[in-house]
Amino acid sequence: MRPKMEVRNLYFWYGDKLALKDISLQILPNEVTAFIGPSGCGKSTLLRCLNRMNELIPNTRLEGTVLLDGRDIYRAMDPVVVRRRVGMVFQKPNPFPKSIYQNVAWGARINGYRGDMDELVERCLRLAALWDEVKDRLHDNAYGLSGGQQQRLCIARALAVEPEVLLMDEPASALDPIATAKLEETILELKKSYTIVIVTHNMHQASRISDTTAFFYMGELIEMNRTDELFTRPREKRTEDYITGRFG
Amino acid sequence: MTEVQQAVVARFDLRLERRRRLGQILAVILFLATVFGLLVLTALLVEVIREGTPWLDWQFLTSYPSRKPEAAGIKSAIVGSFWLMVLTAMFAVPVGVGAAIYLEEYAPRGWFLRLIQLNIANLAGIPSVIYGILGLGLFVRFFALGRSLLAGALTMSLLVLPIIVISTQEALRAVPQGIRESAYALGATRWQVVSSHLLPIAAPGILTGIILALSRAVGETAPLVMIGALTFVAFLPANLLDPFTVLPIQIFNWTARPQEDFRALAAAAIIVLMVFLFLMNLSAILLRNYYERHRPH
Repeated sequence: MRPKMEVRNLYFWYGDKLALKDISLQILPNEVTAFIGPSGCGKSTLLRCLNRMNELIPNTRLEGTVLLDGRDIYRAMDPVVVRRRVGMVFQKPNPFPKSIYQNVAWGARINGYRGDMDELVERCLRLAALWDEVKDRLHDNAYGLSGGQQQRLCIARALAVEPEVLLMDEPASALDPIATAKLEETILELKKSYTIVIVTHNMHQASRISDTTAFFYMGELIEMNRTDELFTRPREKRTEDYITGRFG
Repeated sequence: MTEVQQAVVARFDLRLERRRRLGQILAVILFLATVFGLLVLTALLVEVIREGTPWLDWQFLTSYPSRKPEAAGIKSAIVGSFWLMVLTAMFAVPVGVGAAIYLEEYAPRGWFLRLIQLNIANLAGIPSVIYGILGLGLFVRFFALGRSLLAGALTMSLLVLPIIVISTQEALRAVPQGIRESAYALGATRWQVVSSHLLPIAAPGILTGIILALSRAVGETAPLVMIGALTFVAFLPANLLDPFTVLPIQIFNWTARPQEDFRALAAAAIIVLMVFLFLMNLSAILLRNYYERHRPH
């Protein structure tokens, strides 16, 4: 199976500090890949390299290659195009201070969407499992929603530009357990149509929803394997120490 | 007392009474300092209001200045101040807001940017009369605009430009980073992010900065004296190249006259100017308060 995205020999610096060292891995299509590891190990940094979001931070440098469907996203693609095809949901829900409808529609509109906007908004809100809760108040301000609802709105917003890959940076860390459970359900539904990469601090979450897991430590990829293999038969000692809670 | 409490008392020289008393004395001193400032301000206001109010009537507001105090008015000064403010806004706002957007969102970070920022901050502190000299040389003489409303407005735009740039930058900086990131992550270009999200959210802060900058422009005298705004203008400027006068200069002119009555007229004009400035600052504060409450959070 051809990988949806591939990373080859990636190095990344914040100023003089080397944050990612010689990372190589593959992201398979229509699967959930989880990046796990202790704080500061570079998993969020790597995630942001996958859609060129790190470029927006001043004084950073990247070496190596990131491929999307075989094409180099840094050397052969326009960053605006990359970011539409590889969407992102952030840790803290951050809807725009606009109505629910406009939050979902804006991304599509600025990318020149020519279809029926009402239909797109409904479809994306349904995919994010939010439609039933907001269908009667689409023009209310998004800030009136609860944290969990806002995060699902952010997912709907990301889906509206019809990405192929969805990157999620600890999406449930600001949510209560019930909202988290709903979010995880949504992710499992979404993987039927999208490729998902999720950074998570919560190993149990990784084992619940991901198909492949990659363990990072101090900027290096220590081990990557099918999730059930990694958690039951880890090959590296550091992996085993982390998942058994000896550090973290 | 427990053992721990006894040990504390033994090792610390608490002197609670003394510290409290010192604090109280200091509070009184600070209060007196505040009161002093307010008293001086009140004294000035009371004096001006007392002298000026008898002369403040409709005839005062709609007459031209005259050699006879009973017939004198501030019509040309009010109109001049108004047009000066409008023209200054027309030049300073697009340039200032544009520069701030570039500096905050587009310019690459580095030593050059820091140099520019330092320069702008310095410009904000330069005495206004220097801007007058610049305006005289550049607009009145080099561009041959003469001692006109246009030259005055361009000079004042330069004066208030740093204020607008700095306050617009602050307003843009206050926009939560999460909004920028999520907008870029949807595949938007920089201008789309700025125009759809950053400017609307920063608008109240930008507007407040503009109002404060313009109220500064309305109150300045020295630069306009330098570029030659007239002190006795018995007509209204018909076009941008006409000579003009403004309220502060009219006040300045009247206070310099020997007759008692003219000084009272000056006081009346001061009242008008202060009311105007007060309303501008009040609207800036109200605007800020309103949008603080409705800010995204």
